[in-house]
Amino acid sequence: MKNKNYISLQSILFLCLGIVVFSSCEREFSDEVQFATFPPNGDVFIDAFSAGLDYFPFVDAGADPEAFSVETNDVFDGDAAMRFDVPAFGNGFVGAAFNTTVTRDLSGFDALTFYAKASQAASINAIGFGISAETANKFQVTANNLGVSTRWEKYVIPIPDASKLTEETGLFWLAEGASFEGDEGGYVLWFDEIKFEKLGTVAQPRPTIFDGQELVEQAFTGSSIPITGLTQTFNLDNGVNQTVIAAPSYYDFSSSDVGVAVVSELGEISIVGAGTSTISALLANVRAAGSLEVTSSGSLQASPDPIHPAANVKSIFSDAYADDTSSNFSPGFGGSTTETKVTSTDNGDVLVYNNNNFTGIIFDNTVDASGLTFLHIDVYVQAPGLEVGVQIRDSGANQMIETDVNTGLPIGDDRDRRFDLTGLTVGQWTSFNIALDGDIANQKNNLAALILTGGPNFIFDNVYFFTE
Amino acid sequence: MNIKFRNIKTIKSSFPKFLVVLLACCLSGCTTDDTQTVVTFTNLVMEDNFDTEGAPNPQIWGYDIGTGVNGWGNQELQYYTNRSENVKVDNGLLLITARQESFENSQYTSARLLTKDLFEQQYGRFEARIRLPYGQGIWPAFWMLGADIDDNPWPAAGEIDIMEYRGQNPSVLIGSVHGPGYSAGEAISKEYILENDRFDTGFHVFGIEWGPGYINFYVDDVLYNQITPEDVTGTWVFNKPFYILMNLAVGGTFVGSPNAETVFPQTMLVDYVRVYEGIEAN
Repeated sequence: MKNKNYISLQSILFLCLGIVVFSSCEREFSDEVQFATFPPNGDVFIDAFSAGLDYFPFVDAGADPEAFSVETNDVFDGDAAMRFDVPAFGNGFVGAAFNTTVTRDLSGFDALTFYAKASQAASINAIGFGISAETANKFQVTANNLGVSTRWEKYVIPIPDASKLTEETGLFWLAEGASFEGDEGGYVLWFDEIKFEKLGTVAQPRPTIFDGQELVEQAFTGSSIPITGLTQTFNLDNGVNQTVIAAPSYYDFSSSDVGVAVVSELGEISIVGAGTSTISALLANVRAAGSLEVTSSGSLQASPDPIHPAANVKSIFSDAYADDTSSNFSPGFGGSTTETKVTSTDNGDVLVYNNNNFTGIIFDNTVDASGLTFLHIDVYVQAPGLEVGVQIRDSGANQMIETDVNTGLPIGDDRDRRFDLTGLTVGQWTSFNIALDGDIANQKNNLAALILTGGPNFIFDNVYFFTE
Repeated sequence: MNIKFRNIKTIKSSFPKFLVVLLACCLSGCTTDDTQTVVTFTNLVMEDNFDTEGAPNPQIWGYDIGTGVNGWGNQELQYYTNRSENVKVDNGLLLITARQESFENSQYTSARLLTKDLFEQQYGRFEARIRLPYGQGIWPAFWMLGADIDDNPWPAAGEIDIMEYRGQNPSVLIGSVHGPGYSAGEAISKEYILENDRFDTGFHVFGIEWGPGYINFYVDDVLYNQITPEDVTGTWVFNKPFYILMNLAVGGTFVGSPNAETVFPQTMLVDYVRVYEGIEAN
């Protein structure tokens, strides 16, 4: 019956076309000429893989490829659902993208929706769409910590700006696992009726850049600053404000002075000259909360050339010496607001710290400084009145950094030497040689870290231990 | 039970009308603007299109100021003012704005306009074109109270809620009547869900057609409820003049308090308020 109807409709349309063709005498370009588009198919997984869909587990990252299966017993609707067995801690994680070989036009939808439930109440680390090798995840969307209950419920992942999704292959992705001993793991997640929909109730967009903060930063010509904190929040019809992390390419960035700073489509600010520029953004023509006022005083002055013979040096960060050990410059301490960046300049690499409260340089291997006497640091600031605290930490024989979380003081067999970098001159490098004395005078053969406090904005170069 | 029964009855009674209208449409061609059963109230007796910038027309609108008794009887959290921060006419619209600010021992301010002693009418078509605000704890309303309320306290005075809405349910409109024996939680009420759309993203016309023995509730071109004396569980008090109120409440028993997710300020935009009178043809 359906076919029959279809055919008759077709023939009617054909007749109409005939009438139009016969009745029109001139050949002109119509306003209704349309570009060829990809199929506007929103289905991802209804009762089976939709057209062209395939499963790409994140095996390289340690995901368990066996974690996914198609469930036919416990489904929300129809006869199949997606099932993920989330491993217990230490046994990998659930992580995969579901991409289609048949490129889709998703611009007519406003959200990815699905029904989900879990064998225990759980929070999915990351879930969304737009993982796509073709576009380098240009339009990736991620919802973090999506809470899922033990009942089938519908979830909505809004599209930040659907007009961007005219050729998309990344239809669904997720990552969930136990990230520490005692974290949720060893349970089952089910998804059903996964599809893109035009709900019509995804509304009141409130995009942000820099998480909505109005930031002020100093920078120098040749450096670059990533735009972080890119979120889009919509109000859903159940009253929930659903926030997603939106890839930079959803935004239209602008710089108030392109002679000072320019912003790429990927959200990278490049400082190109001296002056002040304010960086702001629109997402789908809605002004994003948050901005960055960046002031550049021109090129960064070269740091002083180190004068110590390499034989007398164990280096942490310097172009003049080989590193004694590799280091972690962004340890991500809980509560830390610090942004650390190794930045290339015309005169070599420097370590740029922004918005520091406390961070550290964690040595991948401990440094034996028993034959050395000083720590050298060159520091550069662009604002007056700044001080930087340095704590040289020796981790003792057990080579474990042990800290009283309440006081920040070393405990166990740890010792430290603390020193404040003061008397800094704006717009100039100041060199410090800090004696390895005090509490580490007799314990400096397992130096493990430099803990850095204060600032908040400063630049380091030529960080190394030496002896005269 | 009551509600279910009423709904069924409403559908029954409105179905033939709908058919007639549909038939009329088919016969008369393409016009769609006469699909209401409410066309009998055609004589415009009051309108405010909010075309004059500044404070609303004082010939039509007065204000309730402050927090009333027990947050206007509902434990509402806002302090009502007539400051331009909370109520003004701008760019052809009346803006009623709820703000989060400390003011006279309240944490929120907003406004409530009313036509008491300025415009009161028995029966007619009362409608307003409004874009609603949104968010947990946001409670806008376009409603009416019996004009004899000072001598005949609520609920006996009667209340007609042409539009109320919970900001956390942005697709759900509620139309109600309150009277003696059917007030507050016992009000005679019906919800209308705007499918695949919301009331805070565009303007919608909220109205009633009120005549002897009935009140029809409509939104845009949809008649979604009719309430008659048979539906109310007490005396029918909708046979005397009423006045109009428009307000934007924050918090209270009907919506619950705002939370960290609620965005402030929130503004209710009113394009027009119109009142018609007439005689029902049938």
